[in-house]
Amino acid sequence: MLTIATGNKAVADAVKDARPEVVAAYPITPQTEIVEQIANYVASGELGSRYIPVESEHSAMAACIGASATGVRAFTATSSHGLVYMCEMLHWAVGARLPIVMANANRALGPGWNIWAEHTDSLSMRDTGWLQVYVGSVQEAYDATLMAFRIAEHTNVLLPVMVNLDGFALTHITQPLETVDPGDFIPPMELPHAIDITNPVGYGTLTPPGEYYKFRWDIERSMRSAAGVIEETQAEFGKRFGRRYGATEEYRCEDAEVIVVAMGTLGKEMEIAVDTLRSEGMKVGSMRIRWFRPFPDLDLEGREVVVIDRDYSFGFGGIVAHAISSKYDVSIYSVIAGLGGQEVTYDDIAGFVRDRRPGEEFWFGVDA
Amino acid sequence: MYEIRLHSRGGQGGVTAAKMLALAAIREGKFATACPFYGAERRGAPVVSYIRIDDAPIKVYSQIRQPDLVIVLDMSVMETVDVLQGIREDGRVLINSPHPVDMQGHPTYHVDLTGIALSLNLVIAGSPILNTPLMGALAKMGFVSFDSVKDAIEETFSDERNVAAAKLAYEGLGQ
Repeated sequence: MLTIATGNKAVADAVKDARPEVVAAYPITPQTEIVEQIANYVASGELGSRYIPVESEHSAMAACIGASATGVRAFTATSSHGLVYMCEMLHWAVGARLPIVMANANRALGPGWNIWAEHTDSLSMRDTGWLQVYVGSVQEAYDATLMAFRIAEHTNVLLPVMVNLDGFALTHITQPLETVDPGDFIPPMELPHAIDITNPVGYGTLTPPGEYYKFRWDIERSMRSAAGVIEETQAEFGKRFGRRYGATEEYRCEDAEVIVVAMGTLGKEMEIAVDTLRSEGMKVGSMRIRWFRPFPDLDLEGREVVVIDRDYSFGFGGIVAHAISSKYDVSIYSVIAGLGGQEVTYDDIAGFVRDRRPGEEFWFGVDA
Repeated sequence: MYEIRLHSRGGQGGVTAAKMLALAAIREGKFATACPFYGAERRGAPVVSYIRIDDAPIKVYSQIRQPDLVIVLDMSVMETVDVLQGIREDGRVLINSPHPVDMQGHPTYHVDLTGIALSLNLVIAGSPILNTPLMGALAKMGFVSFDSVKDAIEETFSDERNVAAAKLAYEGLGQ
């Protein structure tokens, strides 16, 4: 049904439609509406989940881990400080091979205290082994959350998925939303190593050096399989519900000599900049990276690349820019923009492309 | 694309007004987005909401710099906020006022939203409800039909006085 919703409401609606058995929740701006709305659905009986209000984000993830380990579908949502507080448990969820789904409202880390959009929170969890997708619209927040359950629970994946949406810019904007009846799109969860009280075994025991690396390799093997599962799931979603997604979203890239790359809402707004620059005669296209883990194959050969990072790795550089430069032999102009909700318009983005200086790094608002 | 900036105070329903207009517009097959600017606002503080309406999907997330229409739900915010900042040369203004006010020569519509709400005793926690009558004024200005406004209000609120208030504002819009 076509209606309107905020990004937060869209995630909550997708969770309602995916029917997790356990939702563990701790509120934090700007994600609070997600767990509030889910609580409403549980209270009204529209969603039959066990809702566990916990005392911290660390506990929220621990509760999801406990639930998921028994073989049931589990969900939580967090943001920023909440995400980094649960860091230990994020690693645990991966090592225990639990297909938990979590929404993260991307928000800057303090101090200085800030509640607005930035990607450094989730990108600092890059190496935990969670799959990460970054969405660019309310509709996509709904669709990606629904797909996340199927991808995470796929027998060739069995890894947790983090759905990232820009704090306020996307969590609080109201846009059209078309929900679906998922039917059997998300099959019942089957966890091969689920706790079975009739057959007691030990979990999380000491794993010696001769065994540990095998588990690590198995995570990486599944991460590599995940790319195909994502592709298959998105194709099936498109077939059933008519909306098509790739690992990236490309816009006017066919003959582009310059490609501008970003994630999240900036990755949508930059399409307007592309139209402006095209009308000026520049051969420009845009590429919005949706899946950051597993990192997708990008068609960038022979192009100049402008990367907008709404994040930073101190003492190194923009995290997306360096992910690209470490995989591809391309010339990159690295723009650092939008930190802590810094306003970046499509005109600003067009300016980044016009004034690009390949090989350099540019801090918007700082550098001239 | 048509861009609207709405000035109000926290608690007056500006954010919900933006959502209802977006809902009415998409029900008519248009595309629309509504977003509040979130800062350290709280009840009573000046707040801003943005509404964009277009015939194509909207990809803009940044704030509206050059509004086509400025709505002022509470004239007292003008003491501290330059509500006409960046307004387009041909931009219009809609104010909550029982009488006309000169807004630097911009075509200005006025409607007594506060009076309408009070006349119907449409009051929550001591504050008159301004957003549902506002929908009627916007219908009169031609953004959406009154029927769409009525549907959007009924989808958002159950109290039927809200539609009555919209009807009064529809009839009471002045220029």
